Amino acid sequence: MSDLLKTVLQVLSTVAALTSVGLGVWLGVKWAPPRSRVNGRPVLVGMTAAGLGLLALGNWMGLVWTPSEREMGDVYRIIYVHVPAMWMAMLALVVNFACCVGYLLHSSWKTDALAEATAEVGLLFGTYGLVLGAIWGKPTWGTYWDWDPRLTAMAIMLVTYVAYMALRRFVEDPEKRAVWSSVVGIISFINLPIVWFSVKWWRSLHQEQSTPKTVDPDMTLALRVNAWASLILLTLFLLHRYRIALATREAEVAMPEALPTDVPGSRDNRASEVA
Amino acid sequence: MKGARPISLLKTVGVLLAKDLLIEWRTRARLNALIFFALATLLLFSFAVGPDTKVLARNAGGYLWLALLFSSVLALGESFRVEQENLTLDGLRLAPADARAIFLSKALGNALLLMLLGAILIPVMVALYGVTVAMGAGSFAATVTLGCMAISAPGTVYSAIASNARARDVLLPLLLFPLIIPALLAAAKATSLVLQGDPMNQLGSWYGLLIGFNLIYWGLGFLLFPRVIED
Amino acid sequence: MDAPPAPPPALALHDVSKRYGRRWALARLSYTLPQGRSLLLTGHNGSGKTTLLRLVGTALSPTHGRVEVRGNDCVAARDTVRREVALLSHASFLYEDLTAHQNLVVLARLLGMDAPADVAGELLVKVGLTKRSDSPVRQFSAGMRKRLAIARLLMKAPAVALLDEPFGELDPSGIQAMEKIIRELKDSGVTVVLATHLIEQGQALCEERLHLQEGRAVAA
Repeated sequence: MSDLLKTVLQVLSTVAALTSVGLGVWLGVKWAPPRSRVNGRPVLVGMTAAGLGLLALGNWMGLVWTPSEREMGDVYRIIYVHVPAMWMAMLALVVNFACCVGYLLHSSWKTDALAEATAEVGLLFGTYGLVLGAIWGKPTWGTYWDWDPRLTAMAIMLVTYVAYMALRRFVEDPEKRAVWSSVVGIISFINLPIVWFSVKWWRSLHQEQSTPKTVDPDMTLALRVNAWASLILLTLFLLHRYRIALATREAEVAMPEALPTDVPGSRDNRASEVA
Repeated sequence: MKGARPISLLKTVGVLLAKDLLIEWRTRARLNALIFFALATLLLFSFAVGPDTKVLARNAGGYLWLALLFSSVLALGESFRVEQENLTLDGLRLAPADARAIFLSKALGNALLLMLLGAILIPVMVALYGVTVAMGAGSFAATVTLGCMAISAPGTVYSAIASNARARDVLLPLLLFPLIIPALLAAAKATSLVLQGDPMNQLGSWYGLLIGFNLIYWGLGFLLFPRVIED
Repeated sequence: MDAPPAPPPALALHDVSKRYGRRWALARLSYTLPQGRSLLLTGHNGSGKTTLLRLVGTALSPTHGRVEVRGNDCVAARDTVRREVALLSHASFLYEDLTAHQNLVVLARLLGMDAPADVAGELLVKVGLTKRSDSPVRQFSAGMRKRLAIARLLMKAPAVALLDEPFGELDPSGIQAMEKIIRELKDSGVTVVLATHLIEQGQALCEERLHLQEGRAVAA
C-alpha cells in the first residue's frame, strides 16, 4: 500500500467517524423518537454502511495486511478488536459521567436517557473487550485469567456498572431513579482511577507485566481504522438504546389527557418534548 | 417555643450523632447480634480454609476485613432502616437539619460502630488464627480507623439510596462491594504488614491510598447526599 | 416580584401540580389563603390532601408551579419555610426506640433551644404524657403517639401548622383535647391548615375550606 493511499485512508476513516458522531449527536438532540417529524432513516443507513464498510476494511487490514508481531506471532491480531472495544467502553462511560453530572445540574429526560444508554452500551463493549482479553490471555499467559491489573480493573469496572444498571431497574419512580443513578454514576466513575491504581500497586508486589512497545506504523493504522469503525458502531448502538430509553421514559411519565403540559421551564415540559 | 435559633452544621452533627448512639445503646441486643455475626464470620473462615494455622495466619488481614465488610452491610442497612420507621428521616429534614449534617452524623456513627467491631475482632483473630503481631497497637488503630471510615462514607450514601429501592438487601452490597475494593485491598494489605512486619516500608503507601480514598468519598458524600434525600 | 403593600398571604399555591409516576396527585391547583385565616382541606382518600400538606411542609417539591408560605418559596427558600411551618403527618416522625422525652429532647437540641430537657418536660405535661415520658415509643398506643407528635409540632412554635388527620386514631376525649390545642394555636396567631374527614369539627375550627377531588379544587 502506498503512502498516499495510507494517508487517504487515515483521513477518510477519521472524517467518516467524526461525521457519524456529529450526525448522531444531531439526531439525538433533534430527532425525538418514537413520534418525530425528523426522518433519521437516510442518515442511519449511511452511518451503518460507513460503519460496516470500515469494520470490514479494518478486519482485513488486521487479519491479512499487517505483518505478524515479532514475539507473539499472529496471536497479537486480537488487539485490533480488543483494544477498540475497551476504548469504546471507556468513552461510553466518560459520556455517562458527563450525563450524570449534567442531570444533577439541570434535570432533563434526555440526559437521563443518554446516561442509561451509555452505561448499557459501555457494559456491552466492556464485556466484549474483557472476554477478548481473556481469550488473548490463554496463548500469551497460558491461562485465561492472570490477575493482570488492566483486566482486573476492567472486571471491577464492569461489576460497578452492572450495579448501576441494577439500581436503575430497582427504582420505580423515574425522577428518583434519575437522581439516584446520577449520584451512583458519579461515584462509580470517580472510583475507576482509584481502582486502577490500587490494583496496579497490589500486583506490583508480585511481578510487572511487560508489554512490547515496538509497534509497526502499519499496525497503528489498522488499529486506528478499527477504532474509527467501532466509534461509528458505538454511536449507532447509543442512538438506538437512547431511543428505547426515551420511549420508556415517555411511557413512564406519560401524561393523562388535559393535564399540565404547557407550563414552561419545568421537568415535565421537557418530558413532553419527548412526545 | 422560646429560645429556638438555628444551630451550626457541626453542632447538628453532634446532636444527630448523639441521637444515633443513644438509639444504638438502647437497642444493644441488635448490636450484640452484629458482633456475634462478625465473630461467626471470622470463625467460618477457619472452617472454610481448614485448620492449617499457617494459611490462616498469612491471610488473617484479608479475613478480618471481609468479616468487617460483611458486618458493615448489615450495620449500614440498619442505620437507614431506623430512619424509615415513621419516616423519621423526613422529621429530621423538616426540623430542619442540614442534609449534609445527616450524612456526616450517619457516616461517623457507622465508622464508630465498625471500629468497635474491629477492636473486638482483632484480639479474637490473633487468638483464633495464631497470628504473631509485629507492630504496635498504634498502627493497628490507624489501620482500623482509616479502613472503617473508608467503608462508612460511600456505604452511607449507598445505604440511603438502597433503603428506598426494591430489593434493597441485595442492592446495597451489589453497589458497595465493587466500589470498596481499593479500600479493602489497602486495608487488608496494611493489616498484613502490621501483623507480619514491614521490611520494605510499604505501609505508608497503603495508608496514603486509604487517606486519599477517605478524602474523596467523604467529600463526595458531603456534596451529593442532599440530592439523595431531598425531593 | 413587586413588594406587596399588604402582608404576604399565609399560603399561596400558583398552578401547583405533583406527579407520582403516571398519576397526578395534584393538578394545576391555585389558591390563596390570607393571613389570619385558617384552612380546612377536605376530600376523599387519595384526593391529594396529604400531598398538598407535604408540599407546603417542604417534604416534597412540586412537579410544576410554586408553593409559597408567607411570601417564601417552598423550594427556593426551603430552609426559611421549614423554620416557619410544622407538619403533623400520618407518619409520626418518632423514633420507636427512644422514650417520649428523648424524642422531644432531640428535636429541642436540633432547634437550638437553651434547656432542651425542660422544654420537653413542659410539653409532655401539656399533652398529658408525663406518666409515660420515660417509656419507649414502641410501647405507645396510636393515640399516645398522636399526642407526642403534636407535642413535637408545638415545640417548633410554627407560624403555619399543617395538620394531616389530627383526629385520626383518637378517642372522643382525645378529639376534644386536640380541638382545644388547635384552638389555642389559632388564638396565638398560628395559621392552621387542617385536613380531616370530620367535616363538622373542621368547619368549626377553620374559616376557609378547600375541597379536593382527584387533585383538583372543586366546590364542596
